[in-house]
Amino acid sequence: MNLLWDWLSDPANWDGPYGIPVRVVEHLGYSAVTLVLAALIGIPLGLWIGHTGRGRVLVVNLVNGMRSVPTLGLLFVAVLVVGPLLGGDIAFLVPSIFVLVVLAVPPILAGAYAGVEGVDPGARDAARGMGMRPAEVLVRVEVPCAMPLIFSGLRSAALQVVATATLAASVSLGGLGRFLIDGQAYRDYGQMAGGALLVAALAMLVDLVFAGVQRLVVSPGLSPVRATRRDRRRQPTGVLDAAVAHQT
Amino acid sequence: MISFTDVTKVYPGGTTAVGGLSLVAPTGKITVLVGPSGCGKTTSLRMINRMIEPTSGTIEIDGRDTATLDPNELRRGIGYVIQSGGLFPHRTILDNVATVPLLLGWSRTRSRQVAAELLERVGLAPELGKRYPNQLSGGQQQRVGVARALAADPPVMLMDEPFSAVDPVVREQLQDEFLRLQAELGKTIVFVTHDIDEAIKLGDQVAVLRVGGVLVQLASPAKLLADPHDDFVADFLGRDRGYRGLAFAAAPELPLRDEPVVLLGSPVADGARIAAGDRWVLVVDEARSPLGWAEPEVLTGVIDRHHLHRGGTVARLGGSLRAALDAALSSPSRRGVLVDDDGSLVGTVRAQDVLAAIERRPEGAPA
Ligand SMILES: Nc1ncnc2c1ncn2[C@@H]1O[C@H](COP(=O)(O)OP(=O)(O)OP(=O)(O)O)[C@@H](O)[C@H]1O
Ligand SMILES: [Mg+2]
Repeated sequence: MNLLWDWLSDPANWDGPYGIPVRVVEHLGYSAVTLVLAALIGIPLGLWIGHTGRGRVLVVNLVNGMRSVPTLGLLFVAVLVVGPLLGGDIAFLVPSIFVLVVLAVPPILAGAYAGVEGVDPGARDAARGMGMRPAEVLVRVEVPCAMPLIFSGLRSAALQVVATATLAASVSLGGLGRFLIDGQAYRDYGQMAGGALLVAALAMLVDLVFAGVQRLVVSPGLSPVRATRRDRRRQPTGVLDAAVAHQT
Repeated sequence: MISFTDVTKVYPGGTTAVGGLSLVAPTGKITVLVGPSGCGKTTSLRMINRMIEPTSGTIEIDGRDTATLDPNELRRGIGYVIQSGGLFPHRTILDNVATVPLLLGWSRTRSRQVAAELLERVGLAPELGKRYPNQLSGGQQQRVGVARALAADPPVMLMDEPFSAVDPVVREQLQDEFLRLQAELGKTIVFVTHDIDEAIKLGDQVAVLRVGGVLVQLASPAKLLADPHDDFVADFLGRDRGYRGLAFAAAPELPLRDEPVVLLGSPVADGARIAAGDRWVLVVDEARSPLGWAEPEVLTGVIDRHHLHRGGTVARLGGSLRAALDAALSSPSRRGVLVDDDGSLVGTVRAQDVLAAIERRPEGAPA
């Protein structure tokens, strides 16, 4: 505990090109690039599969298959294959991001797919029945209704990516993983614990940001609560409504 | 006017859902499709707005073959209420109702304004417009479904069991409001239900379908009750057909009796005096609206609301024979209470007089 505190409170660790802030920014950089790429792949694919109902089997197999890939092993293979084709840091960066994307796509894809698949068939039918074209049904009904699950896919991907982006350090890149790798090399347990703590804190922070965005983007009508507290206070006669709803 | 000409739908797999259906749904009227589960009602309905394409035959709306129209354009001009409601959970009630106007390119302000007017029309408080569908009761949601289908003021409405997901009391209320609304709007409506009572109550004409989508009988409710085409229709209509048929027969002039009345809150002694030896006396309020029957002999003090026998139904003067007969049959005094359109008492009638009126009708006349 003392070692951890000593390391965290040492001003030298917060300064310079190898200081904590720089590593945090690097770490966030890898994570952000990964999430954007994974979202660009996973969301449209998931929406398309959910909308058309085609390729459902693909989702299940892909998701399970990708989950069982050993991340670190894949990273080394990718570095061996792709590395020689590129030069400098890029030779390590591209494989690292690739591996992280492989990790992030399944939850995002699954979320988008499940979100669209789970839209009330009645709502979809009504949308078509009032003359919406397929693209309008997707944009105006299916996507907004799928938002809660799209977000939960993104959030679980974000947690995994932030936690796993530490592996970039194992192929000599930066990020918070540096503290883990270097700490282990120098048997500096304070640094290792500090790095781990920072990763956890960053993951939580990122999740919090996503939660905030989700609140702004997702319609309150999709939250599971029946009535907001304010509504209940304003509507003391709601009991009768609730009773009627109960019988249906 | 919507006309089906020899329309057939065979689903992939070989089920013939609709077999050679020909019928006309006249402009401004309610045509009800009724029949047992799986008889092709929904399929028939959804072929009108081309949610399902017929295998053969033609469907025309005001003389235009729907097959030649763009399906999305067609649907934007037809109100469609689906059974499960199908409200959009992510939109407020107001925005749900405003959906079609917005699709048609109306301004946001105008769409919302129209939506707000419609909410009022279907009997929903304006505050509900700000809520989301999951904050409404089942009955309220079904009203929203109807309002949403009405929003762009389409001349044609398709309604698939719109009131089936609510309990009987609310259903009855929704049906009454629906009829009142239709009296104002005069839409051309095709209405699907598996409930024969609903069909008889709402339909200007009722089409009874048999499994396989075969039309067995197309007739007015009164004609249907009086003269079912075959055993299938008769069985489907169920019991009490003669009595139920009276609902469609306007009561002729009935011999009314002046009924002595006592005001609520009067001393029981007054009631006894007015009853003049009769066991029951009719209690009214200041507007002469009948409140119920009281039995002065067993009461003391003043006549209070909870003293009243409320079993008797009240019939409207000029209403149906069924209502008049039921008023007489349900009254503890055997005298059926008749009121005018404002709900104030005009007199009472006895069952034998209603029966005499029924007897006097020409023989074999549809009720
Ligand atoms: N998409 C479909 N594919 C194959 N068969 C279908 C399909 N939709 C309906 N059917 C069949 O067509 C027949 C008529 O179905 P339809 O939904 O029109 O019945 P319905 O009269 O509306 O019944 P309900 O009162 O139960 O709603 C049924 O036998 C049904 O199983
Ligand atoms: Mg049906």
